Amino acid sequence: MKLREIAELVEANFITGADQAEREVSRAFAADLLSDVLAMVQEEGVLLITGMTTPQVVRVAEVMNMGAVLFVRGKLPAAATVEYAMGTGIPLLATRRIMFETCGILYKAGLHAAQRKQMPLDHALPDATRS
Amino acid sequence: MPSRTPLVLRRIYPVAPRDLEQAGTVSTEVRRELLALGMSPDVVRRASVICFEGEMNIVLYSQGGRVILLVKEDRVELLFSDDGPGIADIELVSQPGYSTAPDWARELGFGAGLGINNMEQNSDLFEIRSRVGEGTVVRATILLGVPFF
Repeated sequence: MKLREIAELVEANFITGADQAEREVSRAFAADLLSDVLAMVQEEGVLLITGMTTPQVVRVAEVMNMGAVLFVRGKLPAAATVEYAMGTGIPLLATRRIMFETCGILYKAGLHAAQRKQMPLDHALPDATRS
Repeated sequence: MPSRTPLVLRRIYPVAPRDLEQAGTVSTEVRRELLALGMSPDVVRRASVICFEGEMNIVLYSQGGRVILLVKEDRVELLFSDDGPGIADIELVSQPGYSTAPDWARELGFGAGLGINNMEQNSDLFEIRSRVGEGTVVRATILLGVPFF
């Protein structure tokens, strides 16, 4: 799905990278926990949907070669972070919608979920007590 | 065993403790170096993830340290060393989900207890040594030309 379509669907604005509106993102991953992004996303070019606006979000997106970052809940990163993102070429978008709505709208419109890596606790039963 | 193959590149990056403005910048630098050397996307990606986790660990938990990038003909090595406090039980901290992260680290989206496991998962060879009161050294190696599963 093109970033332009994503922006239209969730009424998001480009904070930076508007010139890359025609860029395609393959799939999306939504999280505030960057530990999970680092551990679970395995493909490149994935759209990161997050409410976290620290400088580390853009650096994680950069080292994982993600397609774009979409900030939810009306949150905006600091000016220094936006400036840094410009240098990396990773487009940043922002919507007022909450994460649940944002994901729902994009999923319904056909954006696929990112494939998640197998994790060490995957085989534990959901109700099993963690040691 | 230390590798005796010729060195292609060596970079040493100091990492300051609790410096959240800069945290992650070493990893972006390492990624650029590896891209400039023409490394495969898979190697660049795994090294970058390992580096980010290791760098964050130095920032969040240590009294400061450094990241050393060594590129040899047959491998990429990332060495993380810090000046303390050291880890008493390495097996325990390597368990997925185990974390001693303070609230401020969790509020930044880190400290889920996946870091060491993630570093290991992305490495071909992985080693941690630590002495309480002295510090911790982590060596993560990616072998080039070896299929990764």
